[in-house]
Amino acid sequence: MFWNVTLTLAKGFAASAQIFFLTLLFALPLGLVVAFGSMSKWRPLRYLCNLVVWIIRGTPLMLQLIAFFYIPGILGHNVWGGGDAGRMTATVVAFSINYACYFSVIYRGGIQGVPVGQREAGQVLGMTRRQIFFRITLLQMVKRIVPPMSNEIITLVKDTSLARIIAVYELTFTGYSFMKSSGLVWPLFYTAVFYLFFVGVLTILFNYIERRLDYFR
Amino acid sequence: MAILEAQHLEKHFGSTQVLKDISFSLNQGEALSIIGSSGSGKTTLLRCLNFLEKPDSGTIRVRDELLFDADDPSTQLESEIRKKRLHFGLVFQSFNLFPQYTALQNVTLARELIAKERGGESREEILAAGEALLEQMGLADRAGHYPHQLSGGQQQRVAIARALAMQPDILCFDEPTSALDPELTGEVLRVIRNLAEQKTTMIIVTHEMAFARDVADEVIFMDDGVIVEQGPSKEVIDNPQEERTRQFLSRYSET
Repeated sequence: MFWNVTLTLAKGFAASAQIFFLTLLFALPLGLVVAFGSMSKWRPLRYLCNLVVWIIRGTPLMLQLIAFFYIPGILGHNVWGGGDAGRMTATVVAFSINYACYFSVIYRGGIQGVPVGQREAGQVLGMTRRQIFFRITLLQMVKRIVPPMSNEIITLVKDTSLARIIAVYELTFTGYSFMKSSGLVWPLFYTAVFYLFFVGVLTILFNYIERRLDYFR
Repeated sequence: MAILEAQHLEKHFGSTQVLKDISFSLNQGEALSIIGSSGSGKTTLLRCLNFLEKPDSGTIRVRDELLFDADDPSTQLESEIRKKRLHFGLVFQSFNLFPQYTALQNVTLARELIAKERGGESREEILAAGEALLEQMGLADRAGHYPHQLSGGQQQRVAIARALAMQPDILCFDEPTSALDPELTGEVLRVIRNLAEQKTTMIIVTHEMAFARDVADEVIFMDDGVIVEQGPSKEVIDNPQEERTRQFLSRYSET
């Protein structure tokens, strides 16, 4: 029984991990785009980015999941296709947009935290904007944002459980369904072990990154 | 022959005018000191020359080439400005070394990027040149150190090497010793003195009057955004003609 449950939960865990990694894959770069947009000198773009960030951060992720998944269908054009794959796609899209907005604010803080003198030093040395960003600002920004980003990313691990609201078979939903199917309560609580394991690995990873960036100040 | 010619430079920040009709020239191989109290516009003038600020009017010429004309937008294109900046080097008051790079990497980074873009020097040549510059600064044994492992004086000397690595026509210093502990200013001033002896063309904004007098060929005294007095450094500092200059210098001799 125990192994049976473990195996089933492992499948749910795989779905959770899939949401997690795909969200990071899209939200990490998208957040940077939004961050630049929200710092743009061109006002309409800045306002648009700030509006999107406000809406996304101002409403529950669960509500956004429901909206992303159902509204296209209600409007008569179901873009997600049917079945589990469609649900997964909608989940990843909603999560990516949501997390990109949170990341963008952290990025912006990190970029603005790099002293102006660093950019000016690059400028007087004849470096292009792109070179200044990638060769000078980026690593200093990364160093600054590791602690707040690790917070967000750890939150993301547990937020994947929200996907059950649109019936994605992720870890929590898998554990919960044992209650309905076989009247077992313990598998739901057993899922905590998976989350703890995952977050433990991430914590070790973040500590490693912080140590690796410790060589400069 | 004048290597640098600045004419009628003006700059406003909002409603305050920080530079008022600034004109001066600088000869090849000469060192020019700019003195004056805080807020007199010295730093803004340097920043205009390095295109970190855009003057509202006036022109800047280097070797008779028109680099900037406030009335001519074609001299203000972002891509062009980047190349024009290379005529000038700038050493900042607060060093602004890149913390994630070693002393040597700080010196070589920009030169390597330029070489990659335009072809020319090999990586080895650039590294050798960087090491030679650090040695010239008395920092041969610090090449592999990161900025936070260096003292303020050492950091500023790395910053000087970094500026020299780009082989600017004119090297600018913005109060290079103001952020240093008093016991560390000597090592930086000595390096600048050596550069002057090698006939490096320089503009030095400084509060070190004795240093300006000894090292600079010419001195400009600025007050409230205008050039009040200008002339050979010993004459201006020992025997100022203008009342405002006298007042300013007397505040230094009292201490």
